[in-house]
Amino acid sequence: MTYQPQKDFGTPESRSDEAVSLTIDGRNVTVPAGTSVMRAAAEQGTSIPKLCATDSVKSYGSCRLCLVEIDGRRGTPASCTTPVEPGMVVRTQTPHLAKLRKGVMELYISDHPLDCLTCAANGDCELQDQAGAVGLRDVRYDVQATHLGQEKDHSNPYFDFDPSKCIACSRCIRACDEVQGTLALTMEGRGWDSKISAGLSSDNFLGSECVSCGACVQACPTATLVEKKVVEVGTPERSVVTTCAYCGVGCTFRAEMRGEQLVRMVPYKDGKANRGHSCVKGRFAWGYAQHQERILKPMIRKSISDPWREVEWDEAFAYTASELKRISDKYGRNALGGITSSRCTNEETFLVQKLVRAGFGNNNVDTCARVCHSPTGYGLKTTFGTSAGTQDFDSVEDSDVILIIGANPTDGHPVFASRMKRRLRGQDGRQGAKLIVIDPRRTDIVRSPHIEAQHHLPLRPGTNVAVLTAMAHVIVTEGLADEAFIRERCDWDEYSHWAEFVSQARNSPENLQPVTLVDAEELRAAARLYATGGNGAIYYGLGVTEHSQGSSTVMAIANLAMATGNIGRRGVGVNPLRGQNNVQGACDMGSFPHELAGYRHISDGDARKLFEDDWGVTLDPEPGLRIPNMLDAAVDGVFKALYCQGEDILQSDPNTAHVSAGLAAMECVIVHDLFLNETANYAHIFLPGSTFLEKNGTFTNAERRIQPVRKVMTPINGLEDWEVTQRLAQAMGLDWNYSHPSEIMDEISRLTPTFAGVSFDRLDEAGSLQWPVTADAPDGSPIMHVDGFVRGKGKFVVTDYVPTDEKTGPRFPLLLTTGRILSQYNVGAQTRRTENVVWHPEDLLEIHPVDAEDRGIKSGDWVKLASRAGETTLRADVTDRVAPGVVYTTFHHAVTQANVVTTDFSDWATNCPEYKVTAVQISASNGPTEWQEEYEALSTRSRRVETGIPAE
Amino acid sequence: MNTVERLVYMANQIATNLATDDAPVAAVADHIQQFWDPRMKRLIFAHGTEGLSPVAAAAVRKLADAQNAA
Repeated sequence: MTYQPQKDFGTPESRSDEAVSLTIDGRNVTVPAGTSVMRAAAEQGTSIPKLCATDSVKSYGSCRLCLVEIDGRRGTPASCTTPVEPGMVVRTQTPHLAKLRKGVMELYISDHPLDCLTCAANGDCELQDQAGAVGLRDVRYDVQATHLGQEKDHSNPYFDFDPSKCIACSRCIRACDEVQGTLALTMEGRGWDSKISAGLSSDNFLGSECVSCGACVQACPTATLVEKKVVEVGTPERSVVTTCAYCGVGCTFRAEMRGEQLVRMVPYKDGKANRGHSCVKGRFAWGYAQHQERILKPMIRKSISDPWREVEWDEAFAYTASELKRISDKYGRNALGGITSSRCTNEETFLVQKLVRAGFGNNNVDTCARVCHSPTGYGLKTTFGTSAGTQDFDSVEDSDVILIIGANPTDGHPVFASRMKRRLRGQDGRQGAKLIVIDPRRTDIVRSPHIEAQHHLPLRPGTNVAVLTAMAHVIVTEGLADEAFIRERCDWDEYSHWAEFVSQARNSPENLQPVTLVDAEELRAAARLYATGGNGAIYYGLGVTEHSQGSSTVMAIANLAMATGNIGRRGVGVNPLRGQNNVQGACDMGSFPHELAGYRHISDGDARKLFEDDWGVTLDPEPGLRIPNMLDAAVDGVFKALYCQGEDILQSDPNTAHVSAGLAAMECVIVHDLFLNETANYAHIFLPGSTFLEKNGTFTNAERRIQPVRKVMTPINGLEDWEVTQRLAQAMGLDWNYSHPSEIMDEISRLTPTFAGVSFDRLDEAGSLQWPVTADAPDGSPIMHVDGFVRGKGKFVVTDYVPTDEKTGPRFPLLLTTGRILSQYNVGAQTRRTENVVWHPEDLLEIHPVDAEDRGIKSGDWVKLASRAGETTLRADVTDRVAPGVVYTTFHHAVTQANVVTTDFSDWATNCPEYKVTAVQISASNGPTEWQEEYEALSTRSRRVETGIPAE
Repeated sequence: MNTVERLVYMANQIATNLATDDAPVAAVADHIQQFWDPRMKRLIFAHGTEGLSPVAAAAVRKLADAQNAA
């Protein structure tokens, strides 16, 4: 569509069920009670001039431009702060109002630069629009004092701050407070000295607490806060609504374009996951899409010691197909496998698993969910019957108690964290929700502006099950369980068995305190709060799943929710916060080796027949290899070829030495990606990938929301990723002829009952749909298990605490846990190729002051991080954010290779790696380890590309 | 840890975590049947029960017997 700014109703929507009718400019309008006159007018298509009002923040009433006349009222009230009343008669345009507004605008313009023609916001400036709207033609004031001529702040890599253009409307401050919840901005000075300040007056934007979410830029009505890209390129001329490709929140954005050039990504107000908000990654960190290191031509090589040779697509597909056939003929069909990507679309993921099952002839397909949320799939399917979270994000608005375990939402899922924080702060006289955080680290949400967790349980890494069992002990033994709910919705015998288990004295908080290191009284208080505090919602992340008892912890969480009746309505539930954009979708699409799309086991003859009839093949009824099993089989010499789409297993998977040994043992590693990632060091074929901006399809976020991904520019590598997989399948002799991803979705929906009502047309119509989308729920299912569990009766599972075999001892006395940071994403392949590196240029090791002092380590020192698996070096950050005995680092930088030190231990049920617990030792260091030096040399050697021989 | 050692470790780990099930041997056998690929099953059958906990050993024997009977 041609460029139109998103409609701004001036003030937020009222959620009241009561309707109020009034008359505005002679026309009747009916709106919910609590709606402002400004919004009521906007809803009927009447635009009242405004500057300080925008519908993302509460009304403020400072600019005096939105004045109206109301029958029976004295004066000219501000329409933004005046709620509608029944029978109210409002006039928005009268000679008196026009005069007042013109006077106000004249004052604003008297202190504003008149450089509209060269201003970055020319044509997209509300001040300019309103000056036109009120008919301002002249400024009579000869102003001596102004706030013009101030120095610009260019420090943020993505936006500029020009205080001279500020009209002091405070929209940016309020957006930072109300939308983002960081409260980084304030108004400094008074009168002419009024100036927006990020933190202290000595701070610039970069040095302040600003998290660069972009809410202030979006709220700014002038060019005071403006994207650098708009300054550079100009204003956009069209926009396309699409879905972010970073985390599992799945924010909806408008890609605002000039031709095929992306100017900016602006959060879409109608996006149901993000409700118009964004974070630094989705809003700004998309420069990787055009990065110079992006590979645009296919490349092949016989051996990983050879340089790459660029080839045309036809040669690449023919060579790849011939290699796969050679290996299948020589070693058998089970020597082949594939990995689907949680970053690619549902349609692309579906095709990769179809290629493996129907083309390779086995079930050796897995996905990166193996290393993050596979225990969620196992645990929630076992207890509830569905491998997915139970709520939509809106649900948090009705929560009274929020329990966060093993998740760091302000860094990992920042846009949802902002919504969560809004509920925790409370608003409009409504008390905020209570907060319980179970995490070894004092994450930011434990204590942030206007938020303080009632209970932070800083447990010893690896003791999640013990802590949750102790909480269950308190709930059952103190009579806090919701027996009516349990009798109606769950298997009572299984509950009784579980209740008897958790009630044993050995599971009391006091008995387990030496194991968990959590204060028993604090734990008891947290359990009582969760059980009795009203609607209790549990949010969890990889701190739950990436353990040797990851699946048990998920089931322990489900047990708690069922025992307290916190399932099946808004405000409650069990909510896995998914790491990558399409982890949920990749799992839904049949990426696991034991399951077809829709979580039907491969041994299920009826399900298999459905696919066999549709695909015209016979499927192997036995499960295939999971990623770690593939690597083991490769080291054993029986697994020889891997098609890896959009995942960097060498950097992201545990025990790098084992992963590299597995890859090195293969004869054909096919990497399909944007960049020559770390896995590509061991690859023989490189197929260049396309970005989310260059393809059509769908992503499914953490709330089961299937959302459209739309192509906004031509793929610069030439093909969308689904086309690459299709061309490879065709080269292998498969008769695939999809002309558009919508046809792939049609196939998914005809083969997957929970997707039965999904099509691109329906998605275009609804914007997004939360599965299951069926005849019974044609508009999707925001909340699961409303009238009963999908499996019938909810299943209580006894989860006995089993300590990890990764033990500390004299050689490795500390416990390492790993995680991510706001500005970087996963292995950093995307974010490291953006300006986000200014916030996090390297991985740091957090270490408690006591542990640091014992070792003579100061912040900034290089340290060696060693485990039984390997060792690496990085710099130290001495902080009491971690408890004594615990150290923490991120895994965003290939040069650090944090996974050199993580081990082979994994979840008992799913083989999800135990990233969160590694016994380590820290010591002073003066340089990179032997591994790092050797690996750097390998990377340099492996990334050589053959240069053409010039013609004579 | 080589592959067979890892499979023994995994089987024991599964048995430990399913120890509180009503029928732990059947539960462990079912888990291995559902999630292990044929080669992994063949390797542990060929290995026998050395190093396996009693529950894991019984589960592996149960699976191997079922396969032989099929």
